[in-house]
Amino acid sequence: MRPFDLTRPEELSAACRDTNGENAAFIAGGTNLIDLMKLEVETPGHLTDISRLGLDGIETDAQGLRIGATVTNSDLAADTRVREGWPVLSRALLAGASGQLRNKATTGGNLLQRTRCPYFYDTDTACNKRAPGSGCAALKGEQRNHAILGTSDHCIALHPSDMAVAMRALDASVELCDAEGESRRVGLEKFYRLPGKTPERETHLRPGELITAVHLPKAGGDRQVYRKVRDRASYAFALVSVAAVLRMKGGRIAHAALAFGGLGTQPWRDPEVDALLEGETPSQALFDKAGEVLMRDAVVHEGTAFKVPLGKRVLTAVLKEVTA
Amino acid sequence: MKVTLNVNGASHWLDLDTRVTLLDALRDHLKLTGTKKGCDHGQCGACTVIAGGRRINSCLSLAALHDGDEITTVEGLSDDELSDLQSAFVAHDGMQCGYCTPGQICSALGMLGELSEGWPSHVSETLDGPVRPTREEIAERMSGNLCRCSCYPGINAAILETAEGS
Ligand SMILES: Cc1cc2nc3c(=O)[nH]c(=O)nc-3n(C[C@H](O)[C@H](O)[C@H](O)COP(=O)(O)OP(=O)(O)OC[C@H]3O[C@@H](n4cnc5c(N)ncnc54)[C@H](O)[C@@H]3O)c2cc1C
Ligand code: SF4
Ligand code: FES
Ligand code: FES
Repeated sequence: MRPFDLTRPEELSAACRDTNGENAAFIAGGTNLIDLMKLEVETPGHLTDISRLGLDGIETDAQGLRIGATVTNSDLAADTRVREGWPVLSRALLAGASGQLRNKATTGGNLLQRTRCPYFYDTDTACNKRAPGSGCAALKGEQRNHAILGTSDHCIALHPSDMAVAMRALDASVELCDAEGESRRVGLEKFYRLPGKTPERETHLRPGELITAVHLPKAGGDRQVYRKVRDRASYAFALVSVAAVLRMKGGRIAHAALAFGGLGTQPWRDPEVDALLEGETPSQALFDKAGEVLMRDAVVHEGTAFKVPLGKRVLTAVLKEVTA
Repeated sequence: MKVTLNVNGASHWLDLDTRVTLLDALRDHLKLTGTKKGCDHGQCGACTVIAGGRRINSCLSLAALHDGDEITTVEGLSDDELSDLQSAFVAHDGMQCGYCTPGQICSALGMLGELSEGWPSHVSETLDGPVRPTREEIAERMSGNLCRCSCYPGINAAILETAEGS
């Protein structure tokens, strides 16, 4: 690990000020950042501990729920309001990582966790995300936990989060704060960037900007499912996952919000899939169509070709369950 | 950097490089070598300790981030006599080489607390409880602790017995 300074501020303004340089980073649970620092994939010269800023509360407001950025994944999954009103989020969190990791991992850190592409982790290989312009070893290497949607010729890295997939289906937005004390809200659909030619830039966060909270509006549907398919039954990242938030009315789908993990370079949601389902009566033909639409622009490689049929099947299974 | 760690009821004032993980502070600086280093990357659970009342992987945290925290390691679980959980591991042969055992035991202790608070898990039928300790629930909740000797049946039985007894 490279040497770094550490500050542990108790004021938000001090935290943003401390982290205003190119080479500074916030540290929350540390479960991703410390891992990457040990491998020298990340080499910040300054760390700001944000665990003492009082961002660890969950509050109900008129719109829904405001989740502080340092609320742990465990506390969020176990919160009785989340379990009742946003169960797909509890389910997604509980399907991720392990008990110990969830006790440390935070809401903000989970959104910003880096890809698990093995070449990103291996500093001896080419990786445009880690070393811009060096190439992409994954394109000619082992592919499995890589994306098929939203990829570019420069990077096919997958966004690994489960939590963020549920949050996309729930229309979450993030609350941000910068060193000047300016605060803004950004919908998750506008928060992440596609890799394009600059896979090293993953979000629209500005330097020194801190995630202070995630807002969840009241859920658009009472029928909520999270289904995760992986290489082992527990403690593994998703090969494919689907979060579904649905409302039925008179035998028809009145509201549909589907989001996908294991497929996209960012937690994936496709408005055309939702639009196709809304107003329709559930049927196998409809579900097949939804799968076709979802995969219309999929770019597969040898190691990721299985994700097209697998993704369609998981989508069908989830739609069957959630419309039953 | 000055760091105070309250480990198993005793306070320690340390002056550490910011890079020292909680695991290395416990093992190399406080000589509490009960906590083990397996992967050093959050993947095996051998380094599990209880910090601020919750089980965590001490390899993926920095000592400096735990300034002032109460930490419990396997050394803090018993004085002269083993705790019920530890005795159950012995009775059920919950180990062979023993390398993963301190992590398994600290993790189980934290997990039993989570169960008693009614936290659901990935395999819980419903999210609104009540949660009962079953083999399946324990296997899921302990999935962050790997055992290279594959003593899972004994580990699971030991934890189940302890959960039912408490
Ligand atoms: C073995 C293993 C298995 C895992 N399995 C899964 C899984 O199945 N599913 C899954 O979803 N995840 C999984 N994870 C990943 C885990 O969920 C993340 O490591 C965790 O959520 C990151 O949160 P953190 O608080 O520890 O982040 P940190 O490591 O503290 O930070 C991560 C990044 O976010 C930045 N950051 C953190 N908080 C803020 C903030 N408030 N504002 C601005 N920037 C911030 C940091 O600077 C850093 O760049 C796994 C991890 C491990 C080690
Ligand atoms: S897929 Fe992206 S993260 Fe993986 S090696 Fe290629 S550029 Fe790097
Ligand atoms: S040593 Fe910490 S999880 Fe393996
Ligand atoms: S007893 Fe040997 S690793 Fe578990």
